[in-house]
Amino acid sequence: MAVVFDKPHALCDVPLHYCPGCTHGIVHRLVAEVIDELGIEGKTIGIAPVGCSVMAYNYFNCDMIEAAHGRAPAVATGVKRADPENHIVFTYQGDGDLASIGMAETVHAAARNENITVIFINNAIYGMTGGQMAPTSLVGQVTQTSPYGRDPKACGYPIKVCEMLSELVGPEYLERVTVNSVKNIRTAKKAIKKAFQNQIDGKGFSLVEVVSSCPTNWGMTPKQALDWIDSDMLPYYPLGVYKDRSAEQKEAE
Amino acid sequence: MSAKNMLFSGFGGQGILFAGKFIAYKGLIEDKQVSWLPSYGPEMRGGTASCSVIVSDTPVGSPIVSNPDILVAMNLPSLDRFEDAVVPGGMIIADSTLIERKVKRDDVTVFYVPATQMASDNKLGNLANMIIVGKLLKEIGDYTEDGLNAALDKVISARHADMKEVNLKAIKLGAEL
Amino acid sequence: MSDKILMKGNEAIAEAAIIAGCRHYFGYPITPQTEIAAYMAKKMPKIGGTFLQAESEIAAINMVYGVASAGKRVMTSSSSPGVSLKGEGLSYLAGSDLPSLIVNVQRGGPGLGGIQPSQSDYFQSTRGGGHGDYHMIVLAPASVQEMAELTVKGFELADTYRMTSMILADGTMGQMMEPVSLDIDVKPAPEKPWATTGTQMAREHNIVNSLSLVPEELEELNFKRYDRYKVIEENETMFEEYKVEDADIVLAAFGIAARVSKNAVDEARKMGIKAGLIRPITLWPFPKAPFKAAAEHAKAFISVELNMGQMIEDVILATESKCPVTLCNRAGGMIPDPKQVLNSIIEINGGAK
Repeated sequence: MAVVFDKPHALCDVPLHYCPGCTHGIVHRLVAEVIDELGIEGKTIGIAPVGCSVMAYNYFNCDMIEAAHGRAPAVATGVKRADPENHIVFTYQGDGDLASIGMAETVHAAARNENITVIFINNAIYGMTGGQMAPTSLVGQVTQTSPYGRDPKACGYPIKVCEMLSELVGPEYLERVTVNSVKNIRTAKKAIKKAFQNQIDGKGFSLVEVVSSCPTNWGMTPKQALDWIDSDMLPYYPLGVYKDRSAEQKEAE
Repeated sequence: MSAKNMLFSGFGGQGILFAGKFIAYKGLIEDKQVSWLPSYGPEMRGGTASCSVIVSDTPVGSPIVSNPDILVAMNLPSLDRFEDAVVPGGMIIADSTLIERKVKRDDVTVFYVPATQMASDNKLGNLANMIIVGKLLKEIGDYTEDGLNAALDKVISARHADMKEVNLKAIKLGAEL
Repeated sequence: MSDKILMKGNEAIAEAAIIAGCRHYFGYPITPQTEIAAYMAKKMPKIGGTFLQAESEIAAINMVYGVASAGKRVMTSSSSPGVSLKGEGLSYLAGSDLPSLIVNVQRGGPGLGGIQPSQSDYFQSTRGGGHGDYHMIVLAPASVQEMAELTVKGFELADTYRMTSMILADGTMGQMMEPVSLDIDVKPAPEKPWATTGTQMAREHNIVNSLSLVPEELEELNFKRYDRYKVIEENETMFEEYKVEDADIVLAAFGIAARVSKNAVDEARKMGIKAGLIRPITLWPFPKAPFKAAAEHAKAFISVELNMGQMIEDVILATESKCPVTLCNRAGGMIPDPKQVLNSIIEINGGAK
């Protein structure tokens, strides 16, 4: 009998600990599919963050490293430079990890055009610790640490990572995608694949921001959460390619 | 000589550290135990510069020279600061072009060398430091032309090999005083 | 003429690291150790290595974490305030049992402090430096030759025991030049089957990790780590004794303080006072045995330190309170003069005899 659907080899055959309706599972699968399709599992080293995906090291079949909070791009820099020809390195980070405590590591890895792939999960909240305000929480968003809604006078405005990094000369490729529909998941996979292919081709720092849901800490059903991405997240975080140096150069030629 | 504790002092740019390094290297080549310790700090140019140099027949203990046997003072603040620290019976060599006053102590041997003026008169640029080095070597009875060449080879990088000749000239000039 | 060359302590560390096979250096500028970074920046590109000036001390130690995970010899260097920033990474390196080398060329503190020589990070270094139960192997050179030799030794110990070695130096050791021979034997690095270098689809995936949410398991990991520490205490403790055999007054000092103390011991002996010196070379593990032995015949111990009295606590523990232990110190970047140490000896001895 022909197999029409299977678990990607790069994904371990273990139960994930994520909440029902969380989109981490989808993104994990997309990353694993891409690793399979590119045939790079044997040389890939993944860096897990601190946050909900802290235990991603148990979910990917490739070699994995658990980094300190926010430091994944620095750890990835070390792993990549230890053997640039033979290591494919990706980080998988949430918004608190990448855009708050680890912002310096993010910006500088991008500025150096470090030849790594960054998968950035933006769900506008700290999930692991129980729903605190993230650097990407929307204005007015109610969280445990912004119980009256995020007040920009006190907490400033949410950070648009792709837009911000696109001002840097360094990075190769920045794209924002989401995974709240089949169509969007397909686009997301293409972006993730490109981000890995760029590394294989030696093009440099490639970051894919995945606008994701957190029904548990948003206090919504999974379906409501996916709809909230469309209604509230995407207007502030528009999807699209924010930087693609190779494509821009081709166009210029 | 069991141990000679030397202190070179002046302002940044006078080649204080270089002069000390030269003496240390000369000692090393002659199979002595040596140490060289610079003062370090934010004054990269124009501030005070000093270095402790120890040349000894036995292993060097502390590399810090608080009470020098020999003080090389290349500007007034250096003499003001270190004159009293010199051990009784010690030696002070002062650049008398830049230091107008006399040494107050009468229990030390003092040599006044108008090194900066001499360097200028002999078109030796800013090699007053090496004129003083020549005088120092002569006065401690350690002046041999063989040793000079080898030590200069160590402290002058290949890139600046053309500087060797003038350095030699400056040292000889000092030794002839 | 000898085959020795004059080198600054900082440069000796850098060259010795290269000799030891280290090809990855990550750092951030800070006085008084910047020569190490400068040396690496010059050398590494020429030998196919990596020099990278990181955006912060924190990033640098995490880059170290990355290379160490991949099984290669790697180092970073800094000075006191920068080492505090690296504390997080040091703890993670310990938690993940990764080998690495870190150099601390200490300066006076706390806070931004000064830039002159100090030994005020003794507690921080010997007690781990970051959070959690762990140690680093702490090596305290007292000459430029030792700066080089202990760097090589540090890499070897780090690999053998899968932990961080720290070279704990000070501004004097880093800045001074002394003759050094770089003819140092290097043991080849052991196999590292645990390293994350890619599975090549030929083995189960390796995981480098310090997270362990089951307390029973985390306790077991701690127990095992401390069993390893016990082996290190038994096998790797290093120290130097100077005129200790018959000494009444025994000085304890490391690094530059030991150099100063040696002068004071010689002066005291000239005056007829039986003084001696124990110089710990490993600060962790602390050499307890020679102190315990000396306490059998000594009248008193003096801990000579460039801080407010930190190693003195280990001296008191090691001598098991059999003798009085006093402190002779300077702090904030000041260095005790041999005369100050001699006066301490005379005072403790009850005058010159």
